[in-house]
Amino acid sequence: MIKKLLIAMSVFLSMTAFAFAVEPDEILDNPVLEARARALSKQVRCVVCQNQDIDSSNAGVARDLRILVRERLTAGDSDADVLAYLVARYGDYVLFKPPWKPSTYALWLAPGAMILFGGLAVVFVLTGPRRRRKPTDKLSDADEIEIAEIIRKNTVEN
Amino acid sequence: MRRLFFAIPILIVLVLGGFLLWGLNPNRDPSAIPSVLISQPVPEFQLQPVEGVDRPGLSTVDLAQAGDVVVVNVFASWCVPCRAEHAVLTRMVQQDGVRLMGINYKDKPADARGWLEDLGNPYERIGSDLKGRAGIEWGISGVPETFIIGADGVVLFRYVGPIIGPDAETKFLRALEQAQAMVGGRS
Repeated sequence: MIKKLLIAMSVFLSMTAFAFAVEPDEILDNPVLEARARALSKQVRCVVCQNQDIDSSNAGVARDLRILVRERLTAGDSDADVLAYLVARYGDYVLFKPPWKPSTYALWLAPGAMILFGGLAVVFVLTGPRRRRKPTDKLSDADEIEIAEIIRKNTVEN
Repeated sequence: MRRLFFAIPILIVLVLGGFLLWGLNPNRDPSAIPSVLISQPVPEFQLQPVEGVDRPGLSTVDLAQAGDVVVVNVFASWCVPCRAEHAVLTRMVQQDGVRLMGINYKDKPADARGWLEDLGNPYERIGSDLKGRAGIEWGISGVPETFIIGADGVVLFRYVGPIIGPDAETKFLRALEQAQAMVGGRS
């Protein structure tokens, strides 16, 4: 009984794997090209539903772009060519991974700079001048004299 | 040197604060996508006329050689805001003498024809973009979208969404005036 249930569940779960936005008529016959198309589609943002990639979006424009990606690949474009084609029309915004160029230097470098700065601050606090002054078991001569004076005063008064 | 060191946190707070202030500005639309088309020549496309509508089709050449500032409006009969925008565009054509071109986006010709017969046809030319391929060339994300093309065929302005309401109209007309002033300045 349990075995049957498990089989039934695994069958249903494996079916959900196909329940993507990609429709059967879009899929290419060539499995290599199709795999490339799927990989590319995951890197391209849907311009209507902005936090989804076109691979998982049901929007009309996303479907058009998926078909376009497959057309370009079939025509012999490289992956970079396809992305360049899309960027020329929709801008860097369609890429989930922003390109490395002067206007994005801050974006790419800021996290590293923040970690570096924070790390330096931690190191400074932990090993800075305040911590470096180690306590000694000897008092300075001036302190010794002062304490001797206090002891003397107290003993005399008592 | 030491004083400079203590100024660093203040500097960071100022930069971060400025950034957050910019981010919280209610007038900023965080989902607005900057168009790559601005200051670029009109994209390559060629569209047949809508079947049964007595207006010629639309292609790159028509816009590049218009010799005048032209407005390109992407519309569809299935698009509800387009219906509201239609009245605004018609008024601009009739009152301000705007030259209006249309791209009929993913629309059935019969539906588009009925829509134009019903509401009137302010368009000088209409290209039928059945598959939405021209829409991709223009980088549109939906309908309606409206572009202002300079006399030299360069895209000057893009308006995403319907031009409805005083704010939107003012913004669009100002951009249109600027585009026309460019032509006047050059000739």
